[in-house]
Amino acid sequence: MLLEVKDLSIYYYTLSGVVKAVEGVTFSIDEKEWVTFVGESGSGKSTVASAIIRLVPPPGKIVSGQIMFEGKDLLKLSEEEMRQIRGKDISMVFQDPMTSLDPLRKIGDQLVEAMTVHGVDEDEAKERAKELLEKVNIPPDRFDYYPHQLSGGQRQRVSIAIAMAFNPKLLIADEPTTALDVIVQDSIMDLIQSLKEEGTSIFFVTHDISLAAERSDKIAVMYAGKLVEFGTVEQIVENPLHPYTQALLNSVPDLWTEKPVKAIPGYPPDLRNPPRGCRFHPRCHIFAEKGELKGLCDAEEPMMIEYEKGHFVACHLYGGSRNE
Amino acid sequence: MSEPLLKVENLKKYFPIKRGIIETLRRAPVRYVKAVDGISFEIKRGEVLALIGESGCGKTTAGRTILRLIEPTDGRIIFDGVDITKLSREELRPFRRRMQIIFQDPYASLSPRMKIGDAIAHPLLVHGLADKEEAKELALKMLRRVGLTPEDEFYERYPHHLSGGQRQRVVIARAMILKPEFVVADEAVSMIDVSMRAAILDLLESFRKEYNMSQLFITHDIAVGKLIADRIAVMYLGKIVEIGPTDEVLKNPAHPYTMALIQAVPSIARKKERKIEITGEVPNAANPPSGCRFHPRCPLATEECKSKEPELIEVSHEHFVACHHPLR
Repeated sequence: MLLEVKDLSIYYYTLSGVVKAVEGVTFSIDEKEWVTFVGESGSGKSTVASAIIRLVPPPGKIVSGQIMFEGKDLLKLSEEEMRQIRGKDISMVFQDPMTSLDPLRKIGDQLVEAMTVHGVDEDEAKERAKELLEKVNIPPDRFDYYPHQLSGGQRQRVSIAIAMAFNPKLLIADEPTTALDVIVQDSIMDLIQSLKEEGTSIFFVTHDISLAAERSDKIAVMYAGKLVEFGTVEQIVENPLHPYTQALLNSVPDLWTEKPVKAIPGYPPDLRNPPRGCRFHPRCHIFAEKGELKGLCDAEEPMMIEYEKGHFVACHLYGGSRNE
Repeated sequence: MSEPLLKVENLKKYFPIKRGIIETLRRAPVRYVKAVDGISFEIKRGEVLALIGESGCGKTTAGRTILRLIEPTDGRIIFDGVDITKLSREELRPFRRRMQIIFQDPYASLSPRMKIGDAIAHPLLVHGLADKEEAKELALKMLRRVGLTPEDEFYERYPHHLSGGQRQRVVIARAMILKPEFVVADEAVSMIDVSMRAAILDLLESFRKEYNMSQLFITHDIAVGKLIADRIAVMYLGKIVEIGPTDEVLKNPAHPYTMALIQAVPSIARKKERKIEITGEVPNAANPPSGCRFHPRCPLATEECKSKEPELIEVSHEHFVACHHPLR
């Protein structure tokens, strides 16, 4: 196992209260595996991504849990040791490449610097930078361009080139295509896939479950700070268990099916004061229809159970209450 | 056949490129970005036309030019039989009420200092259609109609209290309170989570039915187009390259670019399949390629495509494509 996250909880200590952004999240990523976290805005998926590299933005704090990477608990490393891992063993790509690229420096220099900080000598880094640009389909003559001279898609390619510099074991990609057009999105996804084929594991974050379904090996569904379902793409797409996963699958338009698209009623809860019991129960149509679930879903939090091999769900419909 | 509500004829919008001091001294000619370069289409009453294309194709400029929020360079806009292209501000006023726009960013299109109820009532006051009390009454009704309940509570809130999806409902409510006959929805759902989009689209659909309202739905997402549009028009670098009934365009795309857009859409139901490989990105609109503007990226391009610009031709009933080698 490359990455094992156990019982991870992250709270944001804001002026208006404690936001329980992530609570008790447990999952793992194998070598050469692509795992995608899906959920709506505010579900905590990006916060999990930032926690893996220990860059949770303030006022966020990791309050409990373990993040085991190749057997080491990343949460126990010193800042210096962590810096050795970031950009080398674990690298990241964000939604807006302008937040990770320096607008005042040439893209080639930024690529070179990403390598020299880890001790590669300058000439070698330059050579490798050119190779990397070519690999991400940026003509080598753009080496001396500034980020603003590139299109959004090209900038994202540059940030992927930087992330690829050391053939990382894990790439964290947080909505890297959300700001891009579909054709460009498709080519960025191709690029990430080629990285995976070379042996990198992928931790991908998106709000679009169809994008998740298309390329990943496994999907993790998050709702209001909780992991509610985890399994292979086939398990999640063909046999979604959690009512939220089912609703999510029904809410996206698909060019190749005639199934009606249904919106998910209601809004995600305020995480300063999440609903009691299952956090999804106020929006759950099964809870609304089945009277016998009263006093269970709205009172007791469901535990994650393994429904079938490798397919986990946290929902009272499948067991998961404490007194069973 | 009834008269179309909106007729756009050979509409053009060119933006001059700012010259540097040296170019000005040398009296270099002013160059233009041809954002919209001669597009024509019609929209019937109650019909939704989706205008689809990538960033920079001119779709947003087209939408704004049609409403005369920006002035056209050339061409004609005929609304309900009246040529509104040259009307003065004053003459345009009664038409403004009948044509509305919904912007992409619900964070930028609401004043942060105005209660959302007042924001919704505001257009009624501007157009002198109601006094303060009536306007408030109607705004409350509209809040309820768009699902922001309890409405009297929402009336008093400010935009920062609302989520993106709720704000977009406010923006829609504000546009709909005037009962427009035509609305331009410019990427109205692209900043909203996928899971919330269907609800917003349902809302727009319900208004289309209630008011028999026509829509120009501008989007980069052809899957959204499939959900709501009767017809689809695909734009590339200022030109419409394909237009036709939604089902027909999606099932039998004739332009290689349309095919590329379709196959790039992720799907739950289907594994990725590529019928056509296109390369590169959209070129600079200030200096578009010769002939067919898509030829540098097109795998089917021939010599003819480099030199001769294709005209829109009908390939099947009401399905037009501008391509020398349409797919079949």
